[in-house]
Amino acid sequence: MKIEFTLNGTPQSVDVPENMPLLWVVRDVLNLKGTKFGCGKAMCGACTLHIDGDAVRSCSYSAQYAQGKNITTIEGLAPEGSLHPVQQAWIDEVVPQCGYCQPGFMMAVANLLDKIPNPSDEDIDDNITNLCRCGTYYRMRKAIHRAAALKNNL
Amino acid sequence: MKKIAVFGLIVFQIIALGFVDGNQATTSPDKAEESLQAFQKMLTVIKHNRCMNCHPSDDHPRQGDDAHLHLFNVQRGKDNQGLPTMRCNTCHQKENNPYSNVPGAPHWQLPAKSMGWQGLSDAQIGEVLLNKSKNGGRSLSDLLHHMTKDPLVLWAWNPGKNREKPPLSQQEFAKAVKTWIDNGAVVPK
Repeated sequence: MKIEFTLNGTPQSVDVPENMPLLWVVRDVLNLKGTKFGCGKAMCGACTLHIDGDAVRSCSYSAQYAQGKNITTIEGLAPEGSLHPVQQAWIDEVVPQCGYCQPGFMMAVANLLDKIPNPSDEDIDDNITNLCRCGTYYRMRKAIHRAAALKNNL
Repeated sequence: MKKIAVFGLIVFQIIALGFVDGNQATTSPDKAEESLQAFQKMLTVIKHNRCMNCHPSDDHPRQGDDAHLHLFNVQRGKDNQGLPTMRCNTCHQKENNPYSNVPGAPHWQLPAKSMGWQGLSDAQIGEVLLNKSKNGGRSLSDLLHHMTKDPLVLWAWNPGKNREKPPLSQQEFAKAVKTWIDNGAVVPK
């Protein structure tokens, strides 16, 4: 099935099975490896990307639904050569340990800040439900608050 | 005088049988009984976890055949479609996902909290179904359409692997809903 969409600001056209997970399209067809495969059941959030302004778990998103959509991956979160406030805060707070799940977290958090610019701890607990096996949650919480401050001061 | 006596007898029989009537006093006792029996059939579906999981009386959907709380602290949100970055369609698309086994159907979301069924008695479920201030302003014909045509409801009979279907077939359920409504939409008192 031919599917056309915009990926990180660039028009894309792919010919893939309609039910292929969008994650495979992004990683294996378009060769953008930042979005990770974790559980394959939409449970861990490692595969989170943005579709038309919503955070979506791409392992559970059939490619057919991407038709005409505007998709952003971690590679397109900020213009090339710059960092999104969430990425900057992640560096400032030295959040990652192994790092595998972090792109998904950063995509979820970037979406959170678009919708709730100054999230409370409760907002974070309710909305950021990705999983990190290294247990970096404490540093992430600090980084989320820092990212909110950075973004609001831009 | 004779008419009044007959009417009084019908009202007495309805009260004696212990049910209330969606069409009030316009239903004969025989029809009312048929309607009530159809409603009891409907309840076997309504109270099945395939339906009940998404009709919570609180702000947390359930999932699975054991009706456990939806993982990741998924919540109703202001518009019944989830929290800002945990929208229902974050994971649930328009159809079941063959790779992740995440269930899907058009407009996947929770009904309004007033339509919660969990923890209610049969009579209370009936009252919620019929009360327009609680059922989303639905008339009986709207209810018939919702219960027999809405693709999100029909998903219950196509739930994907490892999920139990309701005890009645979709056709049996649709027939019960129609019989219930056609005979007065009577629910237990």
